[in-house]
Amino acid sequence: MLLHLAADGTPIYNQIVDQIRYRIISGQLRPGDDLPPIRALAESLRVNPNTVARAYRELEQEGLVEKRRTTGTFVRELTERRSLSERRRLLVPQIDKLIIQSRQLGLQWDDVLAQLQQRNSEISSQEQRS
Amino acid sequence: MSQEQTLGQSAEWAVEVEHLSRRFRGQIALDDICLRIPVGSIFGLVGLNGAGKTTLLRHLVGAYKPQHGRVVVLGDDPVAHPDVVLKRVGYLTEVDSLPMWARVGDLIDFTRALYPTWDDAYARNLCDHFALSRHASLASLSKGQRARVGLLVAIAHRPELLVLDEPSSGLDPIARGDILEAVIRTISQDGRTVLFSSHLLDEVDRVCDCVALLHEGRIVESLTAEQLPLRYREILGRVSAGERPPTIDRAFGWRISGDEWSAVIAAETIAEPEFEQRYGVLEQRELTLQRWFSAQVASGTRPHTVLSTAEVTADA
Repeated sequence: MLLHLAADGTPIYNQIVDQIRYRIISGQLRPGDDLPPIRALAESLRVNPNTVARAYRELEQEGLVEKRRTTGTFVRELTERRSLSERRRLLVPQIDKLIIQSRQLGLQWDDVLAQLQQRNSEISSQEQRS
Repeated sequence: MSQEQTLGQSAEWAVEVEHLSRRFRGQIALDDICLRIPVGSIFGLVGLNGAGKTTLLRHLVGAYKPQHGRVVVLGDDPVAHPDVVLKRVGYLTEVDSLPMWARVGDLIDFTRALYPTWDDAYARNLCDHFALSRHASLASLSKGQRARVGLLVAIAHRPELLVLDEPSSGLDPIARGDILEAVIRTISQDGRTVLFSSHLLDEVDRVCDCVALLHEGRIVESLTAEQLPLRYREILGRVSAGERPPTIDRAFGWRISGDEWSAVIAAETIAEPEFEQRYGVLEQRELTLQRWFSAQVASGTRPHTVLSTAEVTADA
Protein backbone atom coordinates (compact mmCIF):
# COMPACT_ATOMS: atom_id res chain seq x y z
CA MET A 1 0.00 0.00 0.00
CA LEU A 2 1.52 3.29 -1.08
CA LEU A 3 0.50 5.71 1.63
CA HIS A 4 1.85 9.22 1.63
CA LEU A 5 3.14 10.36 5.01
CA ALA A 6 3.69 14.09 5.34
CA ALA A 7 6.01 15.61 7.93
CA ASP A 8 3.57 18.46 8.60
CA GLY A 9 3.01 17.78 12.27
CA THR A 10 -0.02 15.50 11.82
CA PRO A 11 0.69 12.39 13.90
CA ILE A 12 1.85 9.51 11.69
CA TYR A 13 -0.72 7.23 13.27
CA ASN A 14 -3.58 9.57 12.27
CA GLN A 15 -2.25 9.82 8.73
CA ILE A 16 -2.25 6.03 8.35
CA VAL A 17 -5.77 5.69 9.80
CA ASP A 18 -7.15 8.52 7.62
CA GLN A 19 -5.69 7.17 4.40
CA ILE A 20 -6.75 3.57 4.91
CA ARG A 21 -10.19 4.67 6.08
CA TYR A 22 -10.57 6.78 2.94
CA ARG A 23 -9.57 3.86 0.72
CA ILE A 24 -12.15 1.61 2.40
CA ILE A 25 -15.05 4.04 2.39
CA SER A 26 -14.42 5.27 -1.13
CA GLY A 27 -14.37 1.64 -2.30
CA GLN A 28 -10.74 1.48 -3.46
CA LEU A 29 -10.34 -1.29 -0.91
CA ARG A 30 -13.18 -3.83 -1.23
CA PRO A 31 -14.71 -5.96 1.53
CA GLY A 32 -12.56 -9.06 2.01
CA ASP A 33 -9.38 -7.33 0.77
CA ASP A 34 -6.36 -7.87 2.98
CA LEU A 35 -4.47 -5.04 4.60
CA PRO A 36 -0.70 -5.53 4.34
CA PRO A 37 0.89 -7.34 7.30
CA ILE A 38 1.92 -4.88 10.04
CA ARG A 39 5.63 -5.55 9.65
CA ALA A 40 5.57 -5.26 5.87
CA LEU A 41 3.73 -1.94 5.96
CA ALA A 42 6.01 -0.64 8.72
CA GLU A 43 9.08 -1.53 6.68
CA SER A 44 7.82 0.03 3.48
CA LEU A 45 6.61 3.20 5.21
CA ARG A 46 9.69 3.23 7.46
CA VAL A 47 7.63 3.73 10.57
CA ASN A 48 7.56 1.96 13.91
CA PRO A 49 5.56 -1.31 13.74
CA ASN A 50 3.72 -0.26 16.91
CA THR A 51 2.40 2.79 15.07
CA VAL A 52 0.96 0.61 12.32
CA ALA A 53 -0.48 -1.81 14.88
CA ARG A 54 -2.12 1.10 16.66
CA ALA A 55 -3.61 2.38 13.40
CA TYR A 56 -5.01 -1.08 12.61
CA ARG A 57 -6.52 -1.29 16.09
CA GLU A 58 -8.23 2.05 15.57
CA LEU A 59 -9.67 0.90 12.22
CA GLU A 60 -10.83 -2.29 13.89
CA GLN A 61 -12.59 -0.31 16.63
CA GLU A 62 -14.33 1.74 13.97
CA GLY A 63 -15.59 -1.53 12.53
CA LEU A 64 -13.92 -0.99 9.16
CA VAL A 65 -11.54 -3.93 9.36
CA GLU A 66 -11.41 -7.25 11.14
CA LYS A 67 -8.46 -9.21 12.42
CA ARG A 68 -8.21 -12.91 11.71
CA ARG A 69 -5.98 -14.88 13.99
CA THR A 70 -3.89 -16.44 11.27
CA THR A 71 -4.49 -14.56 8.07
CA GLY A 72 -3.97 -10.97 9.10
CA THR A 73 -6.35 -8.05 8.80
CA PHE A 74 -9.04 -7.65 6.16
CA VAL A 75 -11.71 -5.13 5.15
CA ARG A 76 -15.20 -5.76 6.54
CA GLU A 77 -18.46 -5.64 4.67
CA LEU A 78 -20.21 -2.28 5.07
CA THR A 79 -23.99 -2.11 4.95
CA GLU A 80 -25.46 0.35 2.43
CA ARG A 81 -26.75 2.69 5.13
CA ARG A 82 -23.57 2.48 7.15
CA SER A 83 -21.54 3.25 4.08
CA LEU A 84 -23.53 6.41 3.27
CA SER A 85 -23.13 7.79 6.78
CA GLU A 86 -19.40 6.98 6.73
CA ARG A 87 -19.00 8.75 3.44
CA ARG A 88 -20.82 11.77 4.82
CA ARG A 89 -18.63 11.74 7.91
CA LEU A 90 -15.51 12.00 5.79
CA LEU A 91 -16.67 15.39 4.55
CA VAL A 92 -17.26 16.83 8.02
CA PRO A 93 -13.76 18.35 8.45
CA GLN A 94 -13.96 20.16 5.10
CA ILE A 95 -17.50 21.35 5.86
CA ASP A 96 -16.38 22.69 9.23
CA LYS A 97 -13.50 24.48 7.57
CA LEU A 98 -15.84 26.00 5.00
CA ILE A 99 -18.21 27.25 7.69
CA ILE A 100 -15.44 28.74 9.80
CA GLN A 101 -13.82 30.50 6.84
CA SER A 102 -17.17 31.83 5.60
CA ARG A 103 -17.83 33.33 9.02
CA GLN A 104 -14.37 34.85 9.22
CA LEU A 105 -14.95 36.43 5.79
CA GLY A 106 -18.34 37.75 6.93
CA LEU A 107 -20.28 35.87 4.23
CA GLN A 108 -23.96 35.03 4.68
CA TRP A 109 -24.75 31.33 4.68
CA ASP A 110 -27.25 31.72 1.79
CA ASP A 111 -24.49 33.32 -0.22
CA VAL A 112 -22.15 30.38 0.47
CA LEU A 113 -24.87 27.88 -0.49
CA ALA A 114 -25.50 29.77 -3.74
CA GLN A 115 -21.76 29.71 -4.43
CA LEU A 116 -21.66 25.95 -3.85
CA GLN A 117 -24.55 25.47 -6.29
CA GLN A 118 -22.90 27.64 -8.89
CA ARG A 119 -19.51 25.89 -8.64
CA ASN A 120 -21.23 22.53 -8.87
CA SER A 121 -23.01 23.43 -12.10
CA GLU A 122 -19.80 24.96 -13.52
CA ILE A 123 -17.84 21.79 -12.79
CA SER A 124 -20.65 19.60 -14.19
CA SER A 125 -20.76 21.53 -17.45
CA GLN A 126 -16.96 21.35 -17.74
CA GLU A 127 -17.17 17.59 -17.32
CA GLN A 128 -19.82 17.32 -20.03
CA ARG A 129 -17.71 19.29 -22.50
CA SER A 130 -14.58 17.18 -22.04
CA MET B 1 14.00 6.98 38.19
CA SER B 2 13.56 4.24 40.77
CA GLN B 3 16.65 2.35 41.72
CA GLU B 4 15.10 -0.38 43.77
CA GLN B 5 15.96 -2.94 41.16
CA THR B 6 19.46 -4.32 41.07
CA LEU B 7 21.28 -3.33 37.92
CA GLY B 8 21.49 -5.96 35.24
CA GLN B 9 18.98 -8.27 36.89
CA SER B 10 16.11 -7.39 34.61
CA ALA B 11 15.29 -8.80 31.20
CA GLU B 12 13.14 -5.73 30.71
CA TRP B 13 15.93 -3.29 29.90
CA ALA B 14 18.43 -3.55 27.07
CA VAL B 15 20.41 -0.63 28.44
CA GLU B 16 20.58 0.74 31.98
CA VAL B 17 22.59 3.86 32.72
CA GLU B 18 22.75 5.09 36.32
CA HIS B 19 24.24 8.45 37.29
CA LEU B 20 26.82 8.40 34.52
CA SER B 21 29.09 11.44 34.48
CA ARG B 22 32.10 12.15 32.31
CA ARG B 23 34.57 14.98 32.02
CA PHE B 24 37.13 15.63 29.33
CA ARG B 25 39.97 17.84 30.63
CA GLY B 26 37.67 19.26 33.27
CA GLN B 27 34.88 20.01 30.79
CA ILE B 28 31.62 18.27 31.64
CA ALA B 29 30.56 16.05 28.74
CA LEU B 30 27.96 13.94 30.54
CA ASP B 31 26.28 15.07 33.73
CA ASP B 32 24.51 12.52 35.92
CA ILE B 33 22.83 10.60 33.10
CA CYS B 34 20.09 8.14 34.08
CA LEU B 35 18.50 6.26 31.24
CA ARG B 36 16.73 2.97 30.71
CA ILE B 37 15.98 1.51 27.31
CA PRO B 38 13.25 -1.12 27.20
CA VAL B 39 13.94 -4.36 25.34
CA GLY B 40 12.16 -4.34 21.99
CA SER B 41 11.97 -0.58 21.60
CA ILE B 42 13.33 1.79 19.01
CA PHE B 43 14.90 4.47 21.15
CA GLY B 44 15.85 7.85 19.73
CA LEU B 45 18.52 9.96 21.37
CA VAL B 46 18.12 13.52 20.15
CA GLY B 47 20.15 16.64 20.84
CA LEU B 48 22.09 19.42 19.22
CA ASN B 49 25.62 18.86 17.94
CA GLY B 50 27.96 18.62 20.91
CA ALA B 51 25.19 17.65 23.34
CA GLY B 52 27.08 14.48 24.33
CA LYS B 53 25.23 11.89 22.22
CA THR B 54 28.35 10.22 20.80
CA THR B 55 30.06 10.22 24.21
CA LEU B 56 27.05 8.49 25.75
CA LEU B 57 26.86 5.87 22.98
CA ARG B 58 30.59 5.18 23.25
CA HIS B 59 30.08 4.30 26.91
CA LEU B 60 27.50 1.73 25.89
CA VAL B 61 29.83 -0.09 23.51
CA GLY B 62 32.62 -0.20 26.06
CA ALA B 63 34.81 2.38 24.32
CA TYR B 64 34.78 4.60 27.42
CA LYS B 65 34.94 3.46 31.02
CA PRO B 66 32.50 5.38 33.25
CA GLN B 67 34.27 7.86 35.52
CA HIS B 68 31.17 8.03 37.70
CA GLY B 69 28.06 5.88 37.66
CA ARG B 70 27.32 2.60 35.98
CA VAL B 71 26.47 1.28 32.55
CA VAL B 72 24.80 -2.09 31.98
CA VAL B 73 24.19 -3.36 28.46
CA LEU B 74 22.15 -6.53 27.90
CA GLY B 75 22.57 -7.34 31.56
CA ASP B 76 26.36 -7.04 31.59
CA ASP B 77 29.16 -4.52 31.98
CA PRO B 78 30.51 -3.64 28.50
CA VAL B 79 33.90 -2.53 29.87
CA ALA B 80 34.51 -5.52 32.16
CA HIS B 81 33.21 -8.13 29.68
CA PRO B 82 33.53 -6.65 26.19
CA ASP B 83 33.90 -10.11 24.64
CA VAL B 84 30.53 -11.20 26.01
CA VAL B 85 28.62 -7.97 25.47
CA LEU B 86 29.94 -6.79 22.12
CA LYS B 87 29.12 -10.05 20.35
CA ARG B 88 25.47 -9.26 21.00
CA VAL B 89 25.70 -5.60 19.96
CA GLY B 90 25.87 -3.98 16.52
CA TYR B 91 27.43 -0.53 16.28
CA LEU B 92 27.49 1.93 13.40
CA THR B 93 29.46 5.10 14.00
CA GLU B 94 28.81 8.52 12.61
CA VAL B 95 32.33 9.04 11.39
CA ASP B 96 33.42 7.35 8.20
CA SER B 97 35.57 4.91 10.15
CA LEU B 98 35.75 1.91 7.81
CA PRO B 99 39.24 0.85 6.67
CA MET B 100 39.59 2.57 3.29
CA TRP B 101 42.34 0.23 2.08
CA ALA B 102 40.11 -2.86 2.37
CA ARG B 103 37.70 -4.35 -0.11
CA VAL B 104 34.05 -4.91 0.78
CA GLY B 105 34.56 -8.70 0.85
CA ASP B 106 37.64 -8.41 3.12
CA LEU B 107 35.72 -6.33 5.63
CA ILE B 108 32.81 -8.76 5.59
CA ASP B 109 35.11 -11.77 6.13
CA PHE B 110 37.02 -9.97 8.89
CA THR B 111 33.83 -8.97 10.75
CA ARG B 112 32.29 -12.40 10.21
CA ALA B 113 35.17 -13.99 12.11
CA LEU B 114 34.41 -11.85 15.17
CA TYR B 115 30.80 -12.90 15.54
CA PRO B 116 29.67 -16.48 16.18
CA THR B 117 26.10 -15.55 15.27
CA TRP B 118 27.02 -14.17 11.83
CA ASP B 119 24.30 -15.01 9.30
CA ASP B 120 25.88 -15.64 5.88
CA ALA B 121 22.61 -15.79 4.02
CA TYR B 122 21.49 -12.51 5.54
CA ALA B 123 24.83 -10.87 4.69
CA ARG B 124 24.59 -12.04 1.06
CA ASN B 125 21.01 -10.89 0.93
CA LEU B 126 22.01 -7.41 2.17
CA CYS B 127 24.88 -7.27 -0.32
CA ASP B 128 22.43 -7.92 -3.17
CA HIS B 129 19.82 -5.60 -1.75
CA PHE B 130 22.32 -2.74 -1.47
CA ALA B 131 23.95 -3.62 -4.82
CA LEU B 132 27.36 -3.99 -3.16
CA SER B 133 30.19 -5.84 -4.87
CA ARG B 134 32.59 -7.81 -2.68
CA HIS B 135 35.42 -6.78 -4.97
CA ALA B 136 34.90 -3.03 -4.70
CA SER B 137 37.43 -1.22 -2.56
CA LEU B 138 35.89 0.88 0.18
CA ALA B 139 37.83 3.93 -0.97
CA SER B 140 36.11 3.79 -4.35
CA LEU B 141 32.58 3.78 -2.93
CA SER B 142 30.30 6.76 -2.48
CA LYS B 143 29.54 7.91 1.05
CA GLY B 144 26.07 6.38 0.77
CA GLN B 145 27.46 2.99 -0.30
CA ARG B 146 30.07 3.06 2.48
CA ALA B 147 27.27 3.72 4.97
CA ARG B 148 25.46 0.64 3.62
CA VAL B 149 28.63 -1.45 4.11
CA GLY B 150 28.89 -0.11 7.66
CA LEU B 151 25.26 -1.01 8.23
CA LEU B 152 25.74 -4.52 6.79
CA VAL B 153 28.64 -5.34 9.12
CA ALA B 154 26.66 -3.88 12.05
CA ILE B 155 23.57 -6.03 11.53
CA ALA B 156 24.58 -9.28 9.78
CA HIS B 157 25.26 -11.00 13.11
CA ARG B 158 21.67 -10.15 14.07
CA PRO B 159 22.56 -8.20 17.21
CA GLU B 160 20.19 -8.03 20.14
CA LEU B 161 21.03 -4.35 20.48
CA LEU B 162 21.78 -2.17 17.48
CA VAL B 163 23.44 1.17 18.26
CA LEU B 164 23.53 3.73 15.47
CA ASP B 165 25.32 7.04 15.93
CA GLU B 166 23.85 9.67 13.60
CA PRO B 167 23.32 7.05 10.89
CA SER B 168 21.67 9.47 8.47
CA SER B 169 24.09 12.30 8.83
CA GLY B 170 25.17 13.59 5.42
CA LEU B 171 23.49 10.79 3.45
CA ASP B 172 21.19 11.01 0.45
CA PRO B 173 17.48 10.25 0.97
CA ILE B 174 17.70 6.76 -0.55
CA ALA B 175 20.56 5.72 1.73
CA ARG B 176 18.69 7.18 4.71
CA GLY B 177 15.64 5.16 3.70
CA ASP B 178 17.72 1.96 3.51
CA ILE B 179 19.03 2.56 7.02
CA LEU B 180 15.57 3.22 8.45
CA GLU B 181 14.26 0.11 6.75
CA ALA B 182 17.03 -1.93 8.36
CA VAL B 183 16.15 -0.42 11.73
CA ILE B 184 12.51 -1.44 11.32
CA ARG B 185 13.48 -4.90 10.14
CA THR B 186 15.79 -5.38 13.12
CA ILE B 187 13.05 -4.45 15.53
CA SER B 188 10.52 -6.68 13.78
CA GLN B 189 12.49 -9.65 15.04
CA ASP B 190 11.15 -10.07 18.51
CA GLY B 191 13.09 -8.83 21.48
CA ARG B 192 15.65 -6.84 19.53
CA THR B 193 16.35 -3.26 20.47
CA VAL B 194 17.57 -0.29 18.45
CA LEU B 195 19.13 2.84 19.88
CA PHE B 196 19.96 5.62 17.51
CA SER B 197 21.05 9.19 17.84
CA SER B 198 19.87 11.75 15.37
CA HIS B 199 18.96 15.35 14.92
CA LEU B 200 16.60 14.57 12.06
CA LEU B 201 13.42 14.80 14.08
CA ASP B 202 11.06 13.69 11.34
CA GLU B 203 12.95 10.37 11.17
CA VAL B 204 12.88 10.00 14.93
CA ASP B 205 9.18 10.81 14.93
CA ARG B 206 8.40 8.11 12.38
CA VAL B 207 10.52 5.37 13.77
CA CYS B 208 11.00 5.71 17.52
CA ASP B 209 8.68 4.67 20.27
CA CYS B 210 10.81 6.32 22.97
CA VAL B 211 12.81 9.52 22.78
CA ALA B 212 15.31 11.13 25.15
CA LEU B 213 16.57 14.67 24.75
CA LEU B 214 20.20 15.17 25.65
CA HIS B 215 21.25 18.77 26.10
CA GLU B 216 24.60 20.06 27.37
CA GLY B 217 25.41 16.65 28.79
CA ARG B 218 22.14 16.17 30.67
CA ILE B 219 18.99 14.22 29.88
CA VAL B 220 16.37 16.97 29.83
CA GLU B 221 13.46 14.58 29.32
CA SER B 222 12.82 11.01 28.30
CA LEU B 223 9.38 9.93 27.11
CA THR B 224 7.44 7.53 24.92
CA ALA B 225 5.76 8.66 21.71
CA GLU B 226 2.39 8.13 23.37
CA GLN B 227 3.27 10.24 26.39
CA LEU B 228 4.17 13.37 24.42
CA PRO B 229 0.60 14.49 23.55
CA LEU B 230 -0.57 13.56 27.05
CA ARG B 231 2.12 15.60 28.79
CA TYR B 232 2.09 18.83 26.82
CA ARG B 233 -0.01 21.08 24.62
CA GLU B 234 0.95 24.01 22.49
CA ILE B 235 -1.14 27.12 23.16
CA LEU B 236 -1.52 30.09 20.85
CA GLY B 237 -2.90 33.58 21.34
CA ARG B 238 -2.80 37.11 20.07
CA VAL B 239 -2.01 40.46 21.70
CA SER B 240 -3.05 43.94 20.64
CA ALA B 241 -0.34 46.23 19.29
CA GLY B 242 2.35 47.20 21.77
CA GLU B 243 1.23 44.72 24.40
CA ARG B 244 3.30 41.89 25.76
CA PRO B 245 2.11 38.30 25.79
CA PRO B 246 0.68 37.11 29.12
CA THR B 247 3.00 35.81 31.82
CA ILE B 248 2.03 32.20 32.33
CA ASP B 249 3.54 30.12 35.08
CA ARG B 250 5.29 26.98 33.84
CA ALA B 251 4.83 27.84 30.16
CA PHE B 252 8.05 27.57 28.17
CA GLY B 253 9.41 27.60 24.63
CA TRP B 254 7.84 30.99 23.86
CA ARG B 255 7.62 32.09 20.27
CA ILE B 256 6.45 35.51 19.18
CA SER B 257 5.81 36.61 15.66
CA GLY B 258 4.02 39.89 15.03
CA ASP B 259 1.03 39.96 17.36
CA GLU B 260 0.81 36.18 17.69
CA TRP B 261 2.40 34.14 20.42
CA SER B 262 2.77 30.45 21.13
CA ALA B 263 4.09 28.52 24.10
CA VAL B 264 4.33 24.97 25.40
CA ILE B 265 2.57 24.03 28.60
CA ALA B 266 1.94 20.91 30.67
CA ALA B 267 -1.38 19.29 29.80
CA GLU B 268 -2.51 19.25 33.44
CA THR B 269 -1.99 23.02 33.75
CA ILE B 270 -4.19 23.74 30.78
CA ALA B 271 -6.89 21.52 32.27
CA GLU B 272 -7.27 23.98 35.17
CA PRO B 273 -10.65 25.75 35.09
CA GLU B 274 -10.86 28.91 32.97
CA PHE B 275 -7.22 28.65 31.97
CA GLU B 276 -7.90 29.65 28.39
CA GLN B 277 -10.03 32.68 29.25
CA ARG B 278 -7.56 33.92 31.83
CA TYR B 279 -4.65 34.07 29.40
CA GLY B 280 -6.50 34.71 26.17
CA VAL B 281 -5.60 31.36 24.62
CA LEU B 282 -7.20 31.22 21.18
CA GLU B 283 -6.07 27.79 20.09
CA GLN B 284 -4.59 24.58 21.45
CA ARG B 285 -2.59 22.15 19.41
CA GLU B 286 -1.04 18.76 19.87
CA LEU B 287 2.66 19.21 20.48
CA THR B 288 4.91 18.01 17.67
CA LEU B 289 8.25 16.40 18.41
CA GLN B 290 9.92 19.32 16.63
CA ARG B 291 8.20 21.88 18.87
CA TRP B 292 8.97 19.83 22.00
CA PHE B 293 12.61 19.66 21.01
CA SER B 294 13.11 23.37 20.38
CA ALA B 295 11.10 24.36 23.47
CA GLN B 296 13.07 22.04 25.74
CA VAL B 297 16.40 23.06 24.24
CA ALA B 298 15.55 26.76 24.68
CA SER B 299 14.42 26.36 28.28
CA GLY B 300 17.18 23.94 29.20
CA THR B 301 20.02 26.05 27.85
CA ARG B 302 22.26 27.50 30.51
CA PRO B 303 22.48 31.31 30.62
CA HIS B 304 25.96 31.58 29.09
CA THR B 305 24.82 30.12 25.77
CA VAL B 306 23.44 32.44 23.15
CA LEU B 307 19.83 31.76 22.21
CA SER B 308 19.22 31.04 18.60
CA THR B 309 17.39 33.81 16.77
CA ALA B 310 14.44 31.55 16.07
CA GLU B 311 13.73 31.26 19.78
CA VAL B 312 12.64 34.42 21.54
CA THR B 313 11.93 34.15 25.22
CA ALA B 314 9.16 36.35 26.54
CA ASP B 315 10.88 37.09 29.80
CA ALA B 316 14.22 38.00 28.17
